[in-house]
Order: sequence, then structure tokens, then C-alpha cells
Amino acid sequence: MSQLNIDVNALIEQMGGTLRTMPIMDKSPKMIGIRTAGVWVAQQLHDQLQLPDALGVIDINFYRDDFSKVGINPTVMPSDIPWEVEDQHIILVDDVLYTGRTIRAALNEIFDYGRPASVTLVTLLDRKGCRELPFQADVIGMSIECNKTLKVSGPDPLTVSLTDPEEDSV
Amino acid sequence: MSARLTAPNLQLNELGKIKHFLTIEGLKQHHLLEILDTAESFINPKTNEIKKVPILRGKTIMNLFFEPSTRTRTTFEIAEKRLSADVASLDIATSATKKGESLLDTLWNLQAMQADMFVIRHAESGAAHFFAEHVAPHVHVMNAGDGQHAHPTQAMLDMFTIRKHKGDIFDLKVAIVGDVLHSRVVRSQIQALSILEAREIRVIGPKTLMPTHPEAMGVHYYDDIEEGLRDVDVIIMVRLQNERMKSALIPSEKEFFKLYGLTTKRLALAKPDAIVMHPGPINRGVEIDSEVADGPQSVILQQVTYGIAVRMAIMSIMMSNAAQLAQHQSEQASLELENEEEQA
Repeated sequence: MSQLNIDVNALIEQMGGTLRTMPIMDKSPKMIGIRTAGVWVAQQLHDQLQLPDALGVIDINFYRDDFSKVGINPTVMPSDIPWEVEDQHIILVDDVLYTGRTIRAALNEIFDYGRPASVTLVTLLDRKGCRELPFQADVIGMSIECNKTLKVSGPDPLTVSLTDPEEDSV
Repeated sequence: MSARLTAPNLQLNELGKIKHFLTIEGLKQHHLLEILDTAESFINPKTNEIKKVPILRGKTIMNLFFEPSTRTRTTFEIAEKRLSADVASLDIATSATKKGESLLDTLWNLQAMQADMFVIRHAESGAAHFFAEHVAPHVHVMNAGDGQHAHPTQAMLDMFTIRKHKGDIFDLKVAIVGDVLHSRVVRSQIQALSILEAREIRVIGPKTLMPTHPEAMGVHYYDDIEEGLRDVDVIIMVRLQNERMKSALIPSEKEFFKLYGLTTKRLALAKPDAIVMHPGPINRGVEIDSEVADGPQSVILQQVTYGIAVRMAIMSIMMSNAAQLAQHQSEQASLELENEEEQA
């Protein structure tokens, strides 16, 4: 495991900058972070953009598609979206976009709260090339090869460590 | 039947996890804490709202109520629906003597309808155990009250309510007032409180409504309610079980209220922030005064709401344990295969 030489804060700063130029910012967007690491990224973005509504938090563990194989994750916590989802423009934030299954689960959960007007997907890291479902992010902090596994730690400081499978096997 | 009731391991799988939920007896503290923690995850901490989640989609749960019940049955149904299971509820009026052969036939027929879980309430003690012994290996059984034996989901929702309001149970003095002898709820509550190491458990009521040796259950017995309520953190009132009493054990309901009814005056003897609980349905003016039942220290209606989350937790834990066991077994099988190949 090696510490990636990434300035996570700078990446988030830059993602916030990109978001600011997007049309959704004129539509009083509301933000949701996906627990756990997605919330850390979302919290920083939320502070940076100074969104007036509180940050929503969802835990997608009850919405996973492999419950019948792996059972409940013991750390699952209640989701908390403290405003109406109906007709709102949502910025959905996660730490890593990989197979797309987490985003599928998150969208299902969001739609159980209501029908949003739009959802903009933001991810700190995009593991490209291993998608199993057709999701692409609108704002990406950094793209990496999907055969590299990584771990996001935080919330303070927020860091990314990376494991190169070839390095590992040496 | 009594031999079956002392075999609690029937409810654990090979990994020591809950497979059937029949009684609190024989469970470990970590089993109970897992249920309480999981129930927490279904409730929005700010609004107390319990949202629907899709984890039991495609599973079929059958509620078999051989004994009438409105509240328990309804909270079970709501819990099952909030987990997205397919639900069928059957009211099966039957006499206790019709058990054995005909009960088994009922079971196998319902199992053939592809049930994944049975929730059973029956007037006969041990009915849920009987089902658990005879179901197919992949089917789960949950006890929703059997005779005078156990009502473990009620006990767990009571533990959840206590923890929600008062924090960790090991710090607390809990008084249970009323008909201890006939109550399956009390039996399960005492077991749960003991496993969670409550500081002190008291039972209060006339000797005629107590087992011969209440101390054998690890509780302190008081026949004077005013003495018994002093300094307690939690008061659990229990309904007079008129339908289960075979002889006149109390002079009259009026007399009972005079001696053991919970009034504002008596409530003042407990700690100032004590909570009042009741598994329902309440008999106003028999075991509890309306002023107390509707008062600020009463958490009776919260108990009902928490009952949904706690039942959701137990059902999802049982299904989850089955999934993990299957995963474990397939890993074991592939390990054995590897070993065999290596040896070959």
C-alpha cells in the first residue's frame, strides 16, 4: 500500500470550481453524500459552495443488490435527507465511482424519497474501465485505471492510498 | 413439550448466529445488542420515521396467528412490508388439542407455498419451537407469542425503548408490576434484562400472580408497590391476563387498582425521570391510571413504533445470517476441494 501523492483538498477545490460553472448552480441545488467516504467529500464541497440547505446523507447498505449473498453490513446507519427530494436538483457525491452499483443503489434510495428534477453525479476518483452499469460522473476529481485498488481515509485529513496489484505480487 | 423449551440452541445456526427467533433464553448479550443496533439503523434519528427498504424483496413471510392479536400482527405486517417482503397473514382459529398431526399438515402446505419465514402466535407454549423443528432447512421461524412461555420480540422492543430513553441498560433499576405468573412478556423481559445485565430487576404484585419462587428468576420480589417503585428508572406495567387466568386470583379489578394500580402519586416514588412502559393493550383504571398512561413519563406509544423497527431488525438479521452461512459453506467447500487437489 502506498500513499498516493494526491492533494485531495486541491482536487475537491477544483471540483467545486467546476460545479460552480454548471447550470445546476442557478437552480438552488441540494447535496447528498453517500456514506461513509462520500460524505466526507460532500461535506467539503458543501462548505466550499456554501449551499444553504443541510447536507443529506444516505447509507446504501439496505439497497445493495448482493444482500442475499452477503447479508447486512453491521455498520449500516439511518439515511438522513432533511428536506423534500421532490422536484429538487440534487448533487450526488461519492468518493469512488467503480462498477456503478453503489450509484444504482443510491438513485433507488433517492427515488424512494421522491422524484428529483435532476441528479448531477460528482466523484472524487473515477476508476475507469470496469463499469458494470451505465453510469458516468458529471464532475470527476481524478481518473485512474480500474485495476488499481484504493482506499479513501478521513475525514481529517482526507487521504487516498493506492495498491497496485502488480506491486503487490512482487 | 417442556423438553423442547429447554433446547434453545435450536435457534442458532452452525456459526452461532440467530436462525430462528423463539425465545430470549439461551441468547448471548452480543445477539441482543446486534438486534438493538440494527433496529437503530431503520429509524431516522431526527424524525423517528421508519423508511421502507428493499432488503427482503422476493422473500415470502407468512404470519400464522392461531390466537387473536391486533397490535402484534399489525406491527409484524408493517415491519415485513417495510422490508419489501411479500406478506401473507392467516388467521387460523384452532383449539390447542388440534395440534400435532394437523398442525404439521398446515405447516407443510404453507411451506409448499414457498414461505421463507413463518411468524407464529399460538395459545400453546412451545408451538413456535414445534414449527422450527419441522420446517425445511432454509425456512425461518419467529415466535410472536406462545402460550405463557415467551414473547421475545415484545421483550426486545421493550429493551430498545429503554435504551432509547435511558441509555445503557446495565445502569438501570427496572420494576415490572402486575401479573408476572401468566405473562409470557414478563418472562422474556426478565431474561433480556438479565442478559443485558440490568443493575436490578424488581417484580411487584400480589403473591397469587407470582411464580412460587420469583427470586429463582434473578429478581427481587415486592408485594408492596410503594416500596418496590422507590428509585427505579423504568416501570413496566403488565396487563391483567384475564383470558389466561383459570381461577379468581384477585378479589376484583377495583381492588387490584387500589393495591397495584400506577397512579401519579405512586409514580412520584420512582426517579423523577423514570419512564412508564406497557406492552398493551392497557386497561385504564385497572393497572394504570389514565393520567399516567397519557402523561409525560409514558412511552407506551413509542414502544409501538419501535416495535416495527425491532421486528425489521430481527427478520433482516435472520435472513442475513442465512446468507452469511451459505457464503461460509461455499468457501469451506472450495477450501476442501483445494486441499483434496493438493493431496492428489
